[in-house]
Amino acid sequence: MYVAVKGGERAIENAHAWLAEERRGDLSIDSLTVPQIREQLSLAVNRVMAEGSLFDPDLAALAIKQARGDLIEAIFLIRAYRTTLPRFGSSAPIETGKMACDRRISATFKDLPGGQVLGPTFDYTHRLLDFKLAADGEVPEGPTAPATGADVPHVTEFLNQEGLIEDALPDDTTPRDLTREPLELPADRSVRLQALARADEGFTLSMAYSTQRGYARNHAFVGELRIGTVPVEMEIPELGFSIEIGEIAVTECETVNQFKGSKTEPPQFTRGYGLVFGQTERKAISMALVDRALRWEELGEDFEGAPAQDAEFVLYHADNIQATGFLEHIKLPHYVDFQSELELVRKLRREATARTQQEAAE
Amino acid sequence: MNDMSDPVAPRKSWMGLLAKAKPGSVSTYLDARFKRPDFAWLRPPEIGSVMVQGRTGGTGSPFNLGEMTVTRCTLKLATGEVGFAYIQGRSKPCAEAAALVDAMMQTEMAEDIRTHVLAPLQADAAAAKKIRAEKAAATKVDFFTMVRGED
Repeated sequence: MYVAVKGGERAIENAHAWLAEERRGDLSIDSLTVPQIREQLSLAVNRVMAEGSLFDPDLAALAIKQARGDLIEAIFLIRAYRTTLPRFGSSAPIETGKMACDRRISATFKDLPGGQVLGPTFDYTHRLLDFKLAADGEVPEGPTAPATGADVPHVTEFLNQEGLIEDALPDDTTPRDLTREPLELPADRSVRLQALARADEGFTLSMAYSTQRGYARNHAFVGELRIGTVPVEMEIPELGFSIEIGEIAVTECETVNQFKGSKTEPPQFTRGYGLVFGQTERKAISMALVDRALRWEELGEDFEGAPAQDAEFVLYHADNIQATGFLEHIKLPHYVDFQSELELVRKLRREATARTQQEAAE
Repeated sequence: MNDMSDPVAPRKSWMGLLAKAKPGSVSTYLDARFKRPDFAWLRPPEIGSVMVQGRTGGTGSPFNLGEMTVTRCTLKLATGEVGFAYIQGRSKPCAEAAALVDAMMQTEMAEDIRTHVLAPLQADAAAAKKIRAEKAAATKVDFFTMVRGED
């Protein structure tokens, strides 16, 4: 029987009021400000900007506060806000070769122009809890050393001089945009990179890890990892020339992978690429590994049935907002669906019981 | 960007400087020395987004990385000069100040504006960039050879 019901408004309102109270927590403790989150939880802010696919540290910090620290909920808030903004246009591609680098390391070359610059990294820390932070100690300013201010060249350029690595030649094709058209397969590399840049960090990490463990053989070296700021330039139609409209922090990772050669290509190194908003190096390295695994077809490699090689599997499951939307909808009322399932199970039961009784009688 | 043969190079340069300025700083420097001129909006401040592109492998085909927030506006001074602003973030007052400076740079006040607004903004930006570069430089690894395995 189908019964239309309505209701729950008061329960919902009261639930939201209680949510607001729980979000605030103990009133005897200071309320967290948005600038505090932006400045002191900056890696959470960076993740929300990267996966929310909108560079705006203040908005990301606000979303984290509103979401009570649930980063996927915060990303959801940013994605929803993003859809309300008019699009002014597209920037020129950012020039990562001109990045003002906070960090720049290579696992393949020890001595390279520009050097190995560690930056503000967790690497080489002991991963011991620091109870001084609980005591809210003042932090001394970091040491400085004279800087040259010169552009830091990409590591792949050195390999390229010997022709030992595949080229990435510039072109001016307009890339497809996942925010404007649905994901369709086959997806070219530009679409895959857009999807991966906004993909869930955990999913991307697991996919990348699977390639390292042997699901798609693609032994990667981090040719280069760099973190820093780049200006964003855009053509302004009213002015008839392009101007810098801002500056963003990004993390870029290039992997170098061995390649035995194919019918058309000589043996050489191939490349995987990761580029992500903010200081987000785990994600950028993961993205580069997954990008490389997805390139098996264009490089003439075998499909080994590995999940990370399967563009459909990776691209359709990488977005945490799509995933959580579908996953969490099953907790919402399905009373009518369930009623029909219930009727069906009762009917099957009655039939099974009748059959058993009949068999017993015979 | 500072190609002297390019007639729009100076304007490109100051508009870029205004776009990247620390929030509030354009207004601070402007209001410290100047009375804001009368103007009319041609396009009042509007918040929107710009899709930022990257290049595959750093140098190859473009792809869409994600969006950034941008505020833009256009105004016209009572004396006729038109000022534009396209600035990062969501601050309408900052966009207004940037567009005013862009317009005033087209008037006889240009040299004063350059000295008292653009120069300090440039100095702030250079100082912020320098300190980060110097902190990064302090984390540069110096390798030294402990033992050579030649014996």
